[in-house]
Amino acid sequence: METLIAILIGTLFAGGIYCMLRRSIMKVVIGLMLLSQAANLLVFTSGGLTAQGPVFLSSAETGSTLAQADPLPQALVLTAIVIGFGVIIFSLSLLLKAHQAVGSDDINAFNKTDQVS
Amino acid sequence: MIWTLAPILIPLTSALLAMAARGHPHMVRAIGVTGAILLCGAGFGLLWAVENQGVIVLQAGNWPAPVGISLVADLLSALMVTITGIISLAVAIYSLRDVNRNLLKSHYFALFHFLLLGVNGAFLTGDLFNLFVWFEVMLLSSFVLITMEGKRQQLEGGVKYLVINLVASALFLSGIGILYGKLGTLNMADIALRLANTPDAFLINSSSILLLVAFAIKAGMFPFFFWLPASYHTPQVAISALFAGLLTKVGVYALIRSYTLLFNSQFAVMQDVLIVLAGATMITGVFGAATQFEIRKILSFHIVSQIGYMIMGLAIGSALALAAAVFYILHHIIVKTNLFLVGGLIMRKCGTSDLARTGGLYKWAPGLALLFFIPAFSLGGIPPLSGFWAKFSVIQAGLEAEHYALVAAALLVGVLTLYSMIKIWAEAFLKAKPMDSRAPAENAPGPNLHWTLVVPCVILALLTVWIGLAGAPLLNLALATSEQLLNPEIYIEAVLNPPIAHYEK
Repeated sequence: METLIAILIGTLFAGGIYCMLRRSIMKVVIGLMLLSQAANLLVFTSGGLTAQGPVFLSSAETGSTLAQADPLPQALVLTAIVIGFGVIIFSLSLLLKAHQAVGSDDINAFNKTDQVS
Repeated sequence: MIWTLAPILIPLTSALLAMAARGHPHMVRAIGVTGAILLCGAGFGLLWAVENQGVIVLQAGNWPAPVGISLVADLLSALMVTITGIISLAVAIYSLRDVNRNLLKSHYFALFHFLLLGVNGAFLTGDLFNLFVWFEVMLLSSFVLITMEGKRQQLEGGVKYLVINLVASALFLSGIGILYGKLGTLNMADIALRLANTPDAFLINSSSILLLVAFAIKAGMFPFFFWLPASYHTPQVAISALFAGLLTKVGVYALIRSYTLLFNSQFAVMQDVLIVLAGATMITGVFGAATQFEIRKILSFHIVSQIGYMIMGLAIGSALALAAAVFYILHHIIVKTNLFLVGGLIMRKCGTSDLARTGGLYKWAPGLALLFFIPAFSLGGIPPLSGFWAKFSVIQAGLEAEHYALVAAALLVGVLTLYSMIKIWAEAFLKAKPMDSRAPAENAPGPNLHWTLVVPCVILALLTVWIGLAGAPLLNLALATSEQLLNPEIYIEAVLNPPIAHYEK
């Protein structure tokens, strides 16, 4: 299971970076979303993935010897997802305004701040 | 205990009050400045408490250390919180005039204090994930502040600033994920302790590198600095002065924390990387500045080159070098904020920030010339101003540790820094004002400057002179700080076994 998720995380990172290297600002946002989801998934996986063990009861109580998932990364990832929502909404509105101000969705047109005056 | 909480609670309360008072500009201004005064006082209170009691730890919710979130104030944190208070006060006073009613209505002071909340939280937290959350608080407020007026330049700069910083956040979070997977803890003291007691500590270097890149992006280090000169010159002067002073230094603080506490046992592995990055940061920054002709862009590139000196102190890693890095951070925050504020005054007087079209200020505003002279030549390292002692101690540390290439780079960069400052001095102050239909006529000395714009610059300039002439107490404080940084056991013990005394009051 972990191997599968590891491949998925790698694909998400690769896809995110690929999208960010494109010239359209919309693809940059999609790239940002993919990157943040990849990071979230990585944190989530760090707690261990298991479907069997109960979380809150000790193995002595249940008589089960199955491994249990660590609940802390799940709490962390919830926080990270919520922060990610806010950040993505802000980037969408910023890019919309920037798109209106620049009049192009091509990143190469965003060059006014780099000119040597 | 109250002192560890105050630097977090004061900005939070001020921000909420400023939001509630939105419709009343006078009240918002009063709240903004009062909050900054209180924060400044709280900073000094914390510093005093830490000097007397040693490392102060507050376990949030009274959960014992590795379980709950710890707020930890050692000397480094306390010094950073104090300097944040001073800078926030200076910028808050400057904002009274510099920030117009529209921006006030868009919650300028609320965002200002939310930013300070994030900065102070990052300085005080003892938990890695909590550090990530404070970084996000700081980043979101800064995103809004930098694009507030909605001009094309600001939006363009804002997009670059936002995208690179979000990539940094994703890398930071991945680093945290891998670290937790390997160690099962996020408490900084606990991480350091577990890494010190395992023979396989080198396995942590994958996440150490991810954190290094994330912090390097935030600190504006080579090769991740491109966002900084592309965005810092676009917003309102007060905002860019606040950013220039504080935000990159949060990244430097995080790097110092990482390599003196978290990954202390792996410092030897990373030392060469840090040395190369420090040298490259200094040199690229200063050459970038040499090609520019816009005041705030020159200053922005100099932030990058000065960050190199701080990382140089960290990379050498001896007691003197770490003290020099801490001293350098304190000196640089004061001087750089002051330079941005004075740069704003020059822009007001001349109506432009393009050096080719400014001039004649020495004749029309000799006081302004003095105000610029002090921070600019302190940045260039002229004795007896604060920058001289900062550079002197970094270079002495480099010589003692026999890092001659790094010392040579530092000296060269010092000369080139002076060149940039002399360029601004010659163009804005000495040369006659060029005839230009867009600028005020030859005889007009430009608008008079309101006292709220001048006073913060004067206070910061006096601080620079004071550090230069009587900086021994501060240098001793920096040495005590480096003593604490070199003995992470002090920090670890304070966090993991809190004596009962800390729960009094």
